[in-house]
Order: sequence, then C-alpha cells, then structure tokens
Amino acid sequence: MVNIAFFVFAAILLASAVRVITAKNPVHSVLFLILAFFSAAALFVLIGAEFVAMILVIVYVGAVAVLFLFVVMMLDINFQELRHGFLRYMPVGLVVGGILAVELGFLAATQLIGPVEAAGGPTAIPPVSELTNTQAIGHILYTDYVYAFQASGLILLVAMIGAIVLTLRSRKGVRRQEIGQQLDRKRDQVVAVRKVPTRGGV
Amino acid sequence: MLENWAHLWDQLPLIVRIVASILVITVPLLIGMAMLTYFERKVMAAMQLRQGPALVGPWGLLQAFADGLKLLSKEVIIPAGANRVVFLAAPMLTFLLALVAWAVIPFGEGLVLADINVGVLYLFAISSLGVYGIIMAGWASNSKYAFLGGLRAAAQMVSYEVSIGLVIITVLLCVGSLNLSKIVEAQKSIWFFIPLFPMFIIFFISALAETNRAPFDLPEGESELSGGFNVEYSSMAFALFFLGEYINMILMSGMTSILFLGGWLPPLDIAPLNWIPGPLWFILKICFCLFCFIWVRATLPRYRYDQLMRLGWKVFLPFSLIWVVLTAGVLVYFDLLPK
Amino acid sequence: MALLDRTARGLFLVELVKGMALTFSYMFRPRATINYPYERGPTSPRFRGEHALRRYPNGEERCIACKLCEAICPALAITIEAEPREDGSRRTTRYDIDMTKCIYCGLCQEACPVDAIVEGPNLEFATETREELFYNKEKLLANGDRWEALIAANLAADAPYR
Repeated sequence: MVNIAFFVFAAILLASAVRVITAKNPVHSVLFLILAFFSAAALFVLIGAEFVAMILVIVYVGAVAVLFLFVVMMLDINFQELRHGFLRYMPVGLVVGGILAVELGFLAATQLIGPVEAAGGPTAIPPVSELTNTQAIGHILYTDYVYAFQASGLILLVAMIGAIVLTLRSRKGVRRQEIGQQLDRKRDQVVAVRKVPTRGGV
Repeated sequence: MLENWAHLWDQLPLIVRIVASILVITVPLLIGMAMLTYFERKVMAAMQLRQGPALVGPWGLLQAFADGLKLLSKEVIIPAGANRVVFLAAPMLTFLLALVAWAVIPFGEGLVLADINVGVLYLFAISSLGVYGIIMAGWASNSKYAFLGGLRAAAQMVSYEVSIGLVIITVLLCVGSLNLSKIVEAQKSIWFFIPLFPMFIIFFISALAETNRAPFDLPEGESELSGGFNVEYSSMAFALFFLGEYINMILMSGMTSILFLGGWLPPLDIAPLNWIPGPLWFILKICFCLFCFIWVRATLPRYRYDQLMRLGWKVFLPFSLIWVVLTAGVLVYFDLLPK
Repeated sequence: MALLDRTARGLFLVELVKGMALTFSYMFRPRATINYPYERGPTSPRFRGEHALRRYPNGEERCIACKLCEAICPALAITIEAEPREDGSRRTTRYDIDMTKCIYCGLCQEACPVDAIVEGPNLEFATETREELFYNKEKLLANGDRWEALIAANLAADAPYR
C-alpha cells in the first residue's frame, strides 16, 4: 500500500517537475511547481516526517509559491522572445544540471553502500515511538545545531531588512492619512452650532 | 446491542469504514452549511429590522435548498478567453480544500477521523492553500475584475496567515503539542481565551480576513469589483465557491473553538453541564463563533485595502509577536511550561 | 491624558464594541418591514389605484356619458363614445382607459358628477402583456362589481372631507 503510494507520488512529482520547465505558460509552470511541492510533502508524510511535510506545504506552497504566482501573473511576457535565447543558454544550463545529477548520483551511491557513521555521532535521540518527530527536530535544532540554527535565522533577518531597505523609499510632499489624528478629533473642535439671525448671515 | 454494533463496525473492511466516517462528517457539514446561509440571512435581517427568507418551507427553512436547486439548474458559462482547465479546477480546489481540513477536527473525545500529531499545522497548511482556488479563478477568468479580486485575495490571505501563525504559536506554547485533541485536553482547567484574550481577538479577526468575510471581503468587493474573483462563474462552479466559503467559515469557527474555547469541553465540569455530550458543546461553540462572524458582517463597513494591509502588518504582526515573547516569558518564569 | 485616553480606547476596541452592541440590540427590536403579499400596510380611503366603473344598487350603470372625465384627463388616456339607448337614456357604447398612459392623478373621479368612474383600492393589476392594460368598458364594469364594497366604504369614509 505504502509502496504504491510512494510510486504514485514520486511519478506525479517527477512528471510535474518536468512540466515546470516544459510548460509554455509560466502560470502553468508555477501551478505545476506547486503540485511538485505537494507531492514532495506527500513523500515526506510517507516516510513519517509529517512535521517537515506540513512545513513544506505551509512555507513553500502557502507563501512562497503564492508570491511566485502573484509575480508571474502580473508579468506580460513575450513567449516567442523568451525562446530565442534558449540555445545560447543551454550549455550553461546543461552544466548546472549535470553537476546536480552527479551530486544526486553520489547521494544515491552512499545510500547503496550503506550510511556513513558520522564522526563522534549525534547525541542519542529517544526512539521514535516515544517522541513525535516535531519534538525530535526541536531537540536536535536547539541542542546540537543551535549555532547553525541561530545563524540561519540571522541570515534571514538580514535578508529581510535588506529587502525592506532596498524597496523603501520616502517620497516628499505626499499627504498621508493619519488615523490617530482623525480619531483624536472631538466633535466640538470641528463643528460649531451657531444661531443665525434672519437675513443676518453668519 | 451497542457492543454488537461496535463489533460489526470493526469487522467491516477499512475502506468501507473510512468512507462511512467521511460521509458521517461531510453530509451533516453540507447540511450545516445550507443552514448557515439561512441562519446568516435571518440574523442579518433581524439586525437590520427586516424579516429575511420566510417563504420556502416553514419559516423559510428550505430557502438554502431552493437556492441550491436554482444554481444546479443553471448553465455553466466559460468565458471566451478563459483558461478552461484552470477555470474549472479553481472552484473544485476551493471546495475540496474546505472539506479536506475536517479530517483532523476532533468532535469529541476520540471522535476524530485522523488523529495526526501535527493537526494544527495540517489545518494551517490547508487554510493557507485556500488562496489558490481564488487566485486561480481570478487569473483563469481572463477578466480584470476577477483578476484584481484574485490579487487582493492572495496578498490579504498571505498577510493574515502570518498573524494566525503567531497566534497558533502562543497556544502551542501553552499546550506543548501540535495534536488538536491534546490542545483541547490542555484546556480542562481553563479555556485559553481567558489567559490569551488578546490573541483570541486577533485570531478571530484574522479568521475573518482568511475567509474573506466582511469587513475584509475585498476580494469579492461588490461595489468596486462587481463580485471579484467569482464574477465570471455561474451555476455549480459558483455554488462550489459559495460552499467553500461557508464551509471555511465553519472550519475557522471550529478552529477558534478548539484553540480558544475548549473544543468539546463543557464550560464547567459540573452536573447539568457535563450531561450534554461533547460534540454538542463543540457544535454550540461553532454556532457561537458563526454568529459572531455574521454579527460582524451586519455591523462593520468594508475596509479600504491600505487599511487592511496596515492592520495586518503594522498592528497584528508586532502585537502578536510581542505576545508570543510575553507568553513564553511568563511560562518560563512561573515554570508553567507543559512537561 | 488625551493620548492615554485615546490609546486605551483603541486598545480595548471601545468603538468596535459599541457598534457591535448597537447591532445586537437591534436584533430584539420589532421589525420594520411587513411580509408583503400576506401582510399589507394600511391604504388611505383616498388611495388612487386601478380604475373601476360603478353601478347603482339596482344594477344600472352610473355613467351617463357626459365625457367630463375624457375632457379633463391630462394624459388623454380616456376615450368615450356614446349613443342614446332604446329607452332614451344616454349611455356609453365605448369607454376605454389606456392604463399605460394613465398617470393616476384622480382628476377623472373628481370630475365625475355621478361617482361612476373611480380609482379603487386595488394596486396589483400588473399584466404580462401590454395589450391587457388597454381597459375597455367590460373590464372597468367588472372591476366595479369586484371592488364595489371597498369602493363604497372608501367613498363613505372620505365623504365628510369633500
């Protein structure tokens, strides 16, 4: 049962990954990318890593891909023009793809030969039966890898501040709504009730 | 007698049991959704000194079914420039996602289809996927109103998910588990909406934004977008969006009652209150939240888009972030952390 | 102090709560609308609705074909043709009202010396075709027979003010 599910999801993942780069319409590409993320999440669930699966869906599908889709939908791309450079950039693409393929091959090979014992080895984790993998990840992240974890957090913070600094521009002479000021106005400051004599005017 | 039934139930093949449990959840859910539209119209009518639907069936109770029948008998129109597959997939996706989330909702002690360890994250993930139905519909319709609605929905839902996530984190800090049943059980002594009252309010308001309900119904703003992302939809395709929206409302109410109102627990564990079965308490709490949804709709005018974004990013995000730190600090200082 | 006051109001959502309380209180007020086809608002005895031609209690039609209504009608909606009957009394042979032209001003019933043409209390005479709105004498007399009780009551109620 699990095996069948694995092959089904793996097949969907690969097929949609291929469609990401072959689809003519960029919006379709992004939609296939989302499908690929989703199948990957399903694969994570199958190996019992439900926390990672959910985080993958929340972060990549729920936020990152939405922004991709957002941008791609707004773009007005001339697809013919895009095809022109295809041959020129193909060698570079092939090299990058080739390196990735070789790396994947190495990974597969290590799995075949047998997992390598890490030097020293990580501290003992309680068995899976006692601990949900959310807790297990927490234990590892905040003990063994706490510095790496904090560093990656810091990098993200820097990236975030960088993005804000790059896009923030303060223009002069723009009148903005000041909600506090509006709420602060009292009735007697802005409305005056006058008794106007007939034919007298205000 | 009951034991015999339970025995028979265990004998059935797994697939039959799963399908039966799914039906036990979805059929009442769909009927509840139909009743919700009726309830909404009646409550809004009462608040606006009107009468509301009163003609179909006794007190107009069958109005929702009449509307459904009308929608079913209409023609599905696909606009000329529309992207057919995406156009038709969008309402299905919306409806599907609205239903799929109910798999992890605990209706009572042990009454849950899939008691998974990461229940809250699952709910959060599903609700964050909801935006795709809308954005796909907006893009595939090949209409500027629909497209603007889709873009608004995307930005709005992504923004408010952030504060929902932080609110969920504060709850998780108090529980120490991502399992929804455990979250409910952790509220046996006190419901979380009392110690975490500001978070409860923020969660509720964000839930309004997440389900595109008034006063945050900008994606379908009738006055400026003439219906928003679903302008081009008709017949059953439109009905699926409608169903999806209302089921999402019920889902968000369910989530609010699980996270803050103690799920299936009675308010006090004393004699007359704990005679009422747990699922009934849960449904009552959902009804209360739904009433609040409708109440807000009957009271508040629609937000302007920049106000919406300001509220999400400049008010809710810092406030909930501070509250996460505060909760964590209090829990650590008074040594109240679970486990 | 004003700042503190404002901040506190903002933080505790005072205005929001006030508004919500207001709508909630409205829920328990009597409703302002009526269930129209089953419930109706009151109509004045002077209400000017669908036209009718009345008869005397003995069954004789009131209209004497004086054509005052035709003359006064500002919309030129009324057409009357008349001939003396066998018994020598003057009666209409044709009395048409084009209801699509009529502006329901009520001048015809004001002009009528014998209270023959009146505007009755009926306001639900929408039709599916335009032709059905071209009323002839039979239709108007039938209206009169149908609504006589109400019309008579209305005229009686309004009589002291005329």
